[in-house]
Amino acid sequence: MVQIRQDTKAAVVNQREDKKILLAHGGGGRLTSNLISSLILPRFDNEVLGKLTDSAAIELSSSSVLFTTDSFVVKPLFFKGGDIGKLSVCGTVNDLAVAGAKPVALSLSLIIEEGFETALLERILDSAANTAAEAGVRIVTGDTKVVEKGSADGIFINTAGIGTRVAGAELSFDKITPGDCIIINGTIGDHGMAIMSKREGIEFELSIESDCACLADLTCKILESTPGVRFMRDPTRGGVAAVLNEIAEGRRCDIEINEKPVPVNPAVKAAADMLGFDLLDIANEGKVLIVASQDSAEAVLNICRNHPLGRQGQVIGRVAETAAEAPIVEMITAIGGKRIVRTPYGRDLPRIC
Amino acid sequence: MLNRIMTAHRQMDAACEKVGGQINIMEVCGTHTVSIFRNGIRPTLPRRLKLLSGPGCPVCVTDQGFIDVMLELAQHDDCIIATYGDMVRVPGRAGSLETNHLSNVKVVLSSDDALKLAEKHPDKTVVFIAVGFETTTPATAVAVGEADRKGIENFCVLSGHKLVIPAMRALLSDANNKIDAFLCPGHVSVIIGSEAYGEIVSEFARPCVVAGFEPMQIIEGLAEICRQIVRGTAQVGSVYQGVVSAAGNTTARKIVAEYFEPYDGYWRGLGTIAGGTLRLKDKYKRFDALERFGIEEIPAEELAGCLCGKVLSGLIDPPECGMFENKCTPDTPVGPCMVSSEGACAAWYKYGRIRKRRS
Ligand code: SF4
Repeated sequence: MVQIRQDTKAAVVNQREDKKILLAHGGGGRLTSNLISSLILPRFDNEVLGKLTDSAAIELSSSSVLFTTDSFVVKPLFFKGGDIGKLSVCGTVNDLAVAGAKPVALSLSLIIEEGFETALLERILDSAANTAAEAGVRIVTGDTKVVEKGSADGIFINTAGIGTRVAGAELSFDKITPGDCIIINGTIGDHGMAIMSKREGIEFELSIESDCACLADLTCKILESTPGVRFMRDPTRGGVAAVLNEIAEGRRCDIEINEKPVPVNPAVKAAADMLGFDLLDIANEGKVLIVASQDSAEAVLNICRNHPLGRQGQVIGRVAETAAEAPIVEMITAIGGKRIVRTPYGRDLPRIC
Repeated sequence: MLNRIMTAHRQMDAACEKVGGQINIMEVCGTHTVSIFRNGIRPTLPRRLKLLSGPGCPVCVTDQGFIDVMLELAQHDDCIIATYGDMVRVPGRAGSLETNHLSNVKVVLSSDDALKLAEKHPDKTVVFIAVGFETTTPATAVAVGEADRKGIENFCVLSGHKLVIPAMRALLSDANNKIDAFLCPGHVSVIIGSEAYGEIVSEFARPCVVAGFEPMQIIEGLAEICRQIVRGTAQVGSVYQGVVSAAGNTTARKIVAEYFEPYDGYWRGLGTIAGGTLRLKDKYKRFDALERFGIEEIPAEELAGCLCGKVLSGLIDPPECGMFENKCTPDTPVGPCMVSSEGACAAWYKYGRIRKRRS
C-alpha cells in the first residue's frame, strides 16, 4: 500500500507525458498500477477503496439491501449539463433511489479504447468523483480494462451500487390504487434533447442542458416524510411515455395524464418540434415519476418544490381502474383533445423536413 | 385560447349543418398529420368533419423501386449511404437498411452533412438519399452546387424529391376522390408561396388553406375552410400570415430550378404523376447516383398486401388495412406509412386508440 502511494508522483509525470491510454494500462502490470495510483485513487480516496483489496468490505446499517447495475455508452461523452462520468454515477444512484433505497456504495469499471486521451479520462473521473461526493456515496471498488483501438468507442463505464432501504419504503406496482396521483419533479426531455442536439451538431440558439442529477436526496426526503408513496421510477430511455406504460401494464390500470401541467422547457420543446419528437418519449436523467395516494400528493409536491431538484414539480395525472383487457395511458391535451400515449419504438430518428 | 377554439368549432358545426353530409378535409402533409394526432385534435371535431391524411409524407410516397435501388447501392462496399433517419427502416424486397446491419449506412440530418462525409472519405462514394418535398430540395440543390464548385466528385444523389402541387392535382383527378378541401402545409408554402395553390382552386374549386403546425393554427385553418364552405366559395386562404407570402421564396426556387427538373416519376400507391418528381438536370448528371452506377431507371413496383397507396390518397383510414396493428406495427413495419414518424399508419398506431367508455 505504502509502496503505491510513493509511486504516485512519478506516475503523474509519466501520465502527462503519455497523454494517451495504452493497451498496457489495462494489462495488470506497472502501467496499470500507475494508472490506478495516479488517476483513480486520489480522486475517489476513501478508506475502503484505498485498501485495494479484491473485494470491498462495507458495513451496512440495515439488512434490507438493494443492489443494481448499469452500463453507460453515451455519445457524445461530454454534453451540456454533464458527461459520461457524472451520468454513470447518477444513473446507478437514481436506480437505487427510485427503488426506495439510500445509496451507500458504488463500483465503477472502465473499459477504455486504446489511444483515448488521458486528459479526457481525467475530466471524466473528476466528474464522477465530484458527483459521488455530492451525492454522499463512496466508490469502493472498480476495475480498468483497455481494449484495442476500434473495439470500443472511446470509453464505456459500468457502475453497480448498493443501498439500504429507507424504513417503510415498500414500493411496488401492487401498491398502486385507482385514484392515486402521478407527480413529476420537473421539466421533461432535457437530457435526451441535449444529447441529440449535440450529437446531430445542431446548434440551437437557445442552449439546452441535460438534467443529469442524483435524485437520492430528494427521494429519501419524500420517503422519510410521507407514507403514501406507492411507486417511483426514473423516466430515462423511453421517457415518461415508457414508464407510464410500464406502470399501466404492471398494475393493470389505466392512466390519465394532463398535458397542461407537464413542465416543459420552451427551448427543449422547440428543439423537439423541429426534429419531430414527442417529449414524452425523450430520456431524462434527473427526473422521477412518483405515484402517491391522493392524500399524500400535496405533501410530496411540497417536498419537491422545496428541493433544488423539484422546484417545477407538478401533479400530471392519475391512476384509474381499467375496464379493458389492455390497459391504456391516455392524455388530455392542452387544447382539450385526447390521445393515447404508447411506449416508443426505441430508436429516436429525426424527421425529414 | 378556449374562446378561439369554441369559435372555430361553431364555424365547423355551421359548415356541417350547411352541407348536410360529411365534409372531408385532407391534411396534405405528414407534419400536420402528426400534430393533429399528438394534440388529440380529431376527437374534438364535429362527427361529420372528417380528416384525411394526405400524401405529404416523403418516406411514405417514395416508391418500392426506389427503396430497392437504395438497398442495392448499399451493397457496394465502396459506397457510403447517407440518409435521413426514417429511410433506414423502410422495408424493401430484401430487408431494410436497418435490418441488413450495414456499417456503411450513415444517418444524416442534412444534405450538407452528407457532403461533409464525402469530403472526409475521399476513397468512398457517398450516395445521398434525397427524399422530401419543397422544404428539403433547396438544400440538396445547394449541396450539389457545392460539390460541383469544390470538385467533390465522390458525392452523388439518389433523387426522390417530390412536388406537392402535382400530387394534389393527381388526387383530385381521380374520379373516386372524396376530398372537399385541403389543409396545406406551412413550411412547404413558405417556399412555393400561397399563390401556387391558385391552379388547384380555380381548376377544381376546392378551398386550399395554409396553416402552421401548432394545434391552434390547425384548428383555425380548419375553421377557415369551413367558413369558405358556408360562404360557398373556394379560395386560397392562409392562417399563417406573416410567414407565408403569395410568391414564396423565389431564391430557393431558383436554386432548385438550376439543378433539378421535374419528370413523370412513380409515387407509391399513386402511380405515375405528371411532373411530380425531380431529377438532376443533364448538366449535373454526373452527381446523379443512377448515372454513376449505370442504373437506367427506377422500376415502378408496389408492395403486395400493403394498402399505403389507399391510405396516402385518403381512400381508407389505416385501421381499415387488414395488417394494421396485428402484422404491421412500428416494431414490425410492413409499409412505409408505419415506418415514418410522419406516416399516417404510425400516427394512428401511436396516438389513435381512444377509450370511449370513460367520460
Ligand atoms: S398498416 Fe402497414 S400494411 Fe397497412 S397500409 Fe399501413 S403501412 Fe401498409
